[in-house]
Amino acid sequence: MNLRRVLLTTRRILQQLRHDPRTIGLLLLVPSALIGLLAWTLSRRPSSFASIGPQLLGVFPLIVMFLVTSVITLRERTVGTLERLFTLPLTKGEFIAGYAFAFGLLAVVQSMLVATLSYTWFGLSHQGIPWRIGLVALCAGLLGTALGLALSAVAHSEFQAVQFMPAFILPQLLLCGLFVPVGQLPAALRLIADVLPMTAAIHAIAPWQSTAFYTGQFAIMVAYILGALAAGAATIRRKTK
Amino acid sequence: MKRGKITVDVAELRVVREGSEILHSLSFRASEGELIGLLGPSGSGKSTLMRSLLGVQVIAGGALQILTKPAGARSLRGKLGYMAQGSAVYLDLSVEENLHYFAGVLNEPREEVARVLEVVSLTSFARRVVSSLSGGERTRVSLATALLGSPPILILDEPTVGLDPILRRDLWDTFKKLAESGTTVLVSSHVMDEAARCERLLLLRDGHLLFDDSPTNLLAASKSSSYDDAFERLIEQHS
Repeated sequence: MNLRRVLLTTRRILQQLRHDPRTIGLLLLVPSALIGLLAWTLSRRPSSFASIGPQLLGVFPLIVMFLVTSVITLRERTVGTLERLFTLPLTKGEFIAGYAFAFGLLAVVQSMLVATLSYTWFGLSHQGIPWRIGLVALCAGLLGTALGLALSAVAHSEFQAVQFMPAFILPQLLLCGLFVPVGQLPAALRLIADVLPMTAAIHAIAPWQSTAFYTGQFAIMVAYILGALAAGAATIRRKTK
Repeated sequence: MKRGKITVDVAELRVVREGSEILHSLSFRASEGELIGLLGPSGSGKSTLMRSLLGVQVIAGGALQILTKPAGARSLRGKLGYMAQGSAVYLDLSVEENLHYFAGVLNEPREEVARVLEVVSLTSFARRVVSSLSGGERTRVSLATALLGSPPILILDEPTVGLDPILRRDLWDTFKKLAESGTTVLVSSHVMDEAARCERLLLLRDGHLLFDDSPTNLLAASKSSSYDDAFERLIEQHS
């Protein structure tokens, strides 16, 4: 892995986004706007916002980053630039890492923005520590990027890539405890829910838990991020069949 | 003309895609300093052959040696300049941002970008975003990326499509100069008239190599006055 080529790739992706201010705007503002809207709808029930708000901080970045990453990497294959890069001294690992850094950086900005706005403007009062919520939002964004990279290699068109969102993200949303607490799920579903990354994100936000519990939840998320990045590197092929 | 070392050695190459054979036992060799035209109608297998040489296509049989290494070898990456059909550059980047990225991956200095822009006459377009350029201009951006670092082998897939005649002539002059300096240049086209610009022709049809010789010998052998007629007669002979 050559760091110089990774960073060149990161810079190139950020340059691409700079030429597309609307995408950057959507990427950074949509999660914040959604949380703001939620705060507004629950303005007469502040205790509900205090419990649901932080949980959604772990959900929105995942969805947004997943969509953006899968479409932009897929475009790289359909336009032919990926094949072109593979005739040059760039490895699959460097390519994936370049994307992970670029979108990881965006995820940092996005999560800081959404967490800051939540605690100030939207009036979030939560017993958790703000930096932990920011960290969860960051992990969720990174996970969205990693899953997007892995699945874009399997999708044949941008249309399919977008369809992966309901297929891979929405089941997690149903199981993560947002609608029904994980403890009240049927036993089989509970087993699945406990090892899903979105559940881990929501557990990591919950207040009054032990350090060991939080560490475990972050470990689950990091394992998924690394696993999805490795799967991305494995599913992208240098040679076409 | 004096020929240099053999740079490309294709022996009984077979490519199968989605169950059907696209290239049928193709063999040819190319040397340093050769300018070769790969001609044939669309769908004849030109791009597949080029992509096989680059090592980005899975092959079903035969052997491909590039600079005495098997095609696709790690040490060959960056040794073959490739211009893909349909531009294959980042449409949402400016011309120079594209070139700086590819030059960076190749570890070439920044001055190399100015040099290749000059060769394809795009210097004044350096700051334009590629998506705002015409098809012919995009093609030249892609060609410029292939020229970065003056690789010993150039594989150019339809580089003159959609260009005006003057620019086309200039580019062919560039290809000739590159060949004279020792580069092996393989240029594909579906326009038969471009045959006259090459010193050697490979004619491909339905994945078969129908002809491998000079353009003058093509006209003589088929007793034709135009390259289109010559190709037509060649097909009749083979079917």
